[in-house]
Amino acid sequence: MEILAVFLPLIGFLIAFLFGKSIGDKGAQIVTCGGIITAAIFSCILAVEVLFGGAEHSGDPRTVTLMTWFTSGALSIDWALRIDQLSVIMMCVVTIVSSCVHVYSVGYMSHDKNKARFMSYLSLFTFAMLMLVTSDNLVQLFFGWEGVGVASYLLIGFWNHKDSANAASIKAFLVNRVGDFGLALGIFAAFYVFGTVQLDGLFEQAEAKKEMMMSFFGFDIHAMTLICLLLFMGAMGKSAQLGLHTWLPDAMEGPTPVSALIHAATMVTAGVFLVARLSPMFEYAPDVMMFITVVGGLTAFVAATIGMTQFDIKRVIAYSTMSQLGYMFFALGVSAYGAAIFHLMTHAFFKALLFLGAGSVIHAMSDEQDMRKMGGIWKKIPATYTLMWIGSLALAGVPFFAGYYSKDMILEAAFADHSWFGNFAFWMGIAAALMTAFYSARLLFMTFHGKTRADKEVFDHAHESPPVMLVPLIILAFGAVFAGWAFYDMFVGHHQIWGDAIFVLPANDTVTAAHHVPYWVKKLPIVMGAAGLLLGWIAYNRIPAIPVMTAKLFKPLHNLFFNKWYFDELYTKTFVKPSFAFGRLFWKTDRNVVDGLGPDGVAKTSYGIGGLLGRFQSGYVFQYAFVMMLGVIALISWFYFKADIGLVETVKATVEVSN
Amino acid sequence: MIDFPILSLLTFLPLVGVLFILLVRGKEERVALNARRVALYTTIFNFILSLYLLFNFDDKSAEFQFVEKAEWFGALGIQYHMGVDGISLFFVLLATFLTPICILSSWNSIKSRVKEYMIAFLILQTFMIGTFCALDAVLFYVFFEGVLIPMFIIIGVWGGSRRVYSAFKFFLYTLFGSVLMLIALLALYLEAGTSDIPTLMDTALEYNMQIWLFLAFFASFAVKMPMWPVHTWLPDAHVEAPTAGSVILAGVLLKMGGYGFLRFSLPMFPEATEYFAPMIMWLSVIAIIYTSLVALVQEDMKKLIAYSSVAHMGFVTLGIFSVTTQGIEGGIFQMLSHGIISAALFLCVGVVYDRLHTREISRYGGLVKNMPKYATVFMILMLGSVGLPGTSGFIGEFLALMGAFQVNTYVAVFATTGVVFGAAYMLVLYRRVIFGAQHNKDAAAMKDLNKIEYTCLVPLVLIVLWMGIAPSYVMDRVAPSVEKLITKYESRLKQSPAESIDIATNQIGTTGVSE
Repeated sequence: MEILAVFLPLIGFLIAFLFGKSIGDKGAQIVTCGGIITAAIFSCILAVEVLFGGAEHSGDPRTVTLMTWFTSGALSIDWALRIDQLSVIMMCVVTIVSSCVHVYSVGYMSHDKNKARFMSYLSLFTFAMLMLVTSDNLVQLFFGWEGVGVASYLLIGFWNHKDSANAASIKAFLVNRVGDFGLALGIFAAFYVFGTVQLDGLFEQAEAKKEMMMSFFGFDIHAMTLICLLLFMGAMGKSAQLGLHTWLPDAMEGPTPVSALIHAATMVTAGVFLVARLSPMFEYAPDVMMFITVVGGLTAFVAATIGMTQFDIKRVIAYSTMSQLGYMFFALGVSAYGAAIFHLMTHAFFKALLFLGAGSVIHAMSDEQDMRKMGGIWKKIPATYTLMWIGSLALAGVPFFAGYYSKDMILEAAFADHSWFGNFAFWMGIAAALMTAFYSARLLFMTFHGKTRADKEVFDHAHESPPVMLVPLIILAFGAVFAGWAFYDMFVGHHQIWGDAIFVLPANDTVTAAHHVPYWVKKLPIVMGAAGLLLGWIAYNRIPAIPVMTAKLFKPLHNLFFNKWYFDELYTKTFVKPSFAFGRLFWKTDRNVVDGLGPDGVAKTSYGIGGLLGRFQSGYVFQYAFVMMLGVIALISWFYFKADIGLVETVKATVEVSN
Repeated sequence: MIDFPILSLLTFLPLVGVLFILLVRGKEERVALNARRVALYTTIFNFILSLYLLFNFDDKSAEFQFVEKAEWFGALGIQYHMGVDGISLFFVLLATFLTPICILSSWNSIKSRVKEYMIAFLILQTFMIGTFCALDAVLFYVFFEGVLIPMFIIIGVWGGSRRVYSAFKFFLYTLFGSVLMLIALLALYLEAGTSDIPTLMDTALEYNMQIWLFLAFFASFAVKMPMWPVHTWLPDAHVEAPTAGSVILAGVLLKMGGYGFLRFSLPMFPEATEYFAPMIMWLSVIAIIYTSLVALVQEDMKKLIAYSSVAHMGFVTLGIFSVTTQGIEGGIFQMLSHGIISAALFLCVGVVYDRLHTREISRYGGLVKNMPKYATVFMILMLGSVGLPGTSGFIGEFLALMGAFQVNTYVAVFATTGVVFGAAYMLVLYRRVIFGAQHNKDAAAMKDLNKIEYTCLVPLVLIVLWMGIAPSYVMDRVAPSVEKLITKYESRLKQSPAESIDIATNQIGTTGVSE
């Protein structure tokens, strides 16, 4: 069953991709949706088994080895499925959201010509993601890691006649590769230090080697810090943390279901999963944990500032995703792994809901994404409207929605860490919570309320989406409402199910400590959420002059936010352009210096001699003979020279003897 | 097995094909067709024959297998000695596998002097297989250099507009190295008194001698590889060569340098290897970054892939000269994988070149619309070249870097940046050729892969995936020989004169104490 749960999506992909023409669009849709839904059911059954099965109902983790991938010396890598508490939860989240997105896509892509290809890519992505979360060694994890990257590349660039889509897909791939560069080095370093890349092997040795130093780049560095830092670099790329985040907003060029599945619910959370999965290692790298917390806090804050100023409905949600990922990371940084995974799950539901809802809006508005050209459409699409409200309330952390439980837990854990970085992240998170609520309200009011700013034709044409799109939304909404309340106890409460899947040093147990934070810490996020929603309502519904005024009043700040803190411009200037410039320079060097001094220069010089001799002969064979002759001459002189030395020595010897 | 001279048969069977082609008489068209057929049948038969090697190869043994020995120049002790071990086995297979594909791919695109063309390819195959099987240094040299002649002719006669310049550049570059290698071979022969490779591997040479010999061999292998900065012949040769010429050049000929390093440099000159390894690793790093960046700005498809080859070969030398198990196995695997992927990529370029007669990237665009099959094949190969896990490109690159990391972290970090640059140029190429708007009418009107092209490309694509998902089939057969190579290398380093004295005195010391 483990095997089926992981490989059914692959089978779906292969059938839909290779035989898409012969089975037709309908066939492809049935095969891929069927595959993924079955996989989801199997995953849920597995989850129940693993979480509550076994003797004494304490869980039943296991590893299924499929075959050897490759062996080289001490390095031995298997294709294996590691089914434990952490991976089954991830499997459930991935397959459930993926099922919703698959079904939704049937409706959303109904006007597209390449339906089979689209469905097959979605299945390919799901397969890669499942391989990632179930891997039992770092290299298979890397396989899944790059696999989801490729699927994301293919899907972002799905409308490949659009230049912007192609540019975005390449950017996504390359920025991720920068992260993967770190991840790969992290794997090399791990193998160098531990002599294995099997997770079990690494975890067993982690404690024994916690003090070990290794030489890296001429410095003696704490080995665990180095390994974890490099691995975290990979996580930063995939999860769009500050510095390596620039690809995520651009990735919105892809069709909306893709944004929901890959760039909100699953792939971007792979970094969170990575750190949680490797908690037995990260726990021994306190410096890296501090770094993660700071990066997470900054990301949450910066992304929220940008989210407040964007007009593209998908980009607002994309920055919101980035901001929420920041929350998950600083939760990891303070060792609240359970809280991070909890938020990962609730976020998957409500963010997928928001994206698919936004897709429904875009669908209704004839592919318009600019919120400035929307407004007042709530009566036209009441179901979408309601569902978007649910998603937004969950995101804003309004009590009893899913996001409330997980986000509060994270903030409390950060506070309970009682470290400077924990506090830093806490206040960043509080500020981001205010902004989150604000931009959520802004999105809702700009899109659905007020007078419409859309063209009359578009507005009149606006229509509710078909059931095939709404049903997945309702399922996700169900999750967005109840997932927090239902799973609180299991993830971060008193009956945690983690078993050995997550490791926390006793001193770092912030999840437990979080239950004992002061009253105001518990209530502050709710106040912030309410204040944000209220502000948003006033600014974008009651007194529309406020946003314009504020933007004018704080022009430099607004510019900074609106232009995304100028990261893209900076990277273009420092990395992209110089790369091309160096490429051109080196190419010139090749043609002028290397060739000029080398073959062309030599050719010119020998051309004179060759030309002279060439009169006597013709044909290529001559050239060969000529160089051969040179060789023979060199050879003879060498022997002559050697013989000469011999001669001198003999003479010397004779002289000595005679003396 | 000893009675059946399988290696000689493999090596010289193509020459039988040559004989047949020479015997063909008649009208020109008739001759051309028959020449094609004879060449194809011969090479396919040879490939099937080479599978015999694969199935009868003892994968537990690190020794040379299928060994043949015969007197050649009796008085001088130079023998006709052939054999394969785990290192050379798959190179032989690569040569037998790619040649029929080359012949098939030139079926329609070569129209003039078909007979001579096929003869050149068959002779080339003899030399290639011979190079990887030869266990006598002189014999090796004959094959190794012999390769030059047919290749030179293939580029010079059937090449593009600047073919003569490129052919000569190719020829002179390689010959420069060869001359030095010839001298070194003679010196080696005079020093050790034999040209038998297995014997030479066990012969300890004096340190200075090792240094000089290493450099001379290095000159030859580095050019063949090619390593930076002696790589400039490659882009020119590739650009001007006919498609099949590029395929065989990238697929097999480039591997002869790496093979040479493993057969000669490491086992025969261990101390010199130790001395030069850091330098070579740095040259590899320069090659990886430098040529990747150059590839990024190319406007000519073949040039781009040629430069990418130099970068990929950089990973090979990086791995080999880390002298770690992972590094060397990674280097070998990278060579095999690159042999398949780059060969297939050149075929892909050939496909569109045959239709539009230009290699300029900007003349294409949006091919995914009219050539979906081509786009898919190209996509898988592109991802293989980028080193995506699940394709063969990943395993070699990953292991080579892992090997390098254990020896030198500076080198490993800089070399790993290659995974970013490598992705950049391939993705940009793919985007410009396959995606985007169809701005050229003639490019938009091109037909998808025909049957011959399909037959050529699909096996290659399948191998790329197979070697990515289940590489242990190959690696398990390579491993024992690599293990032996490293063990010997390390024991030889320990035996080096200065240290051996130390060990000796220590032993005396300890025995003294115990008494």
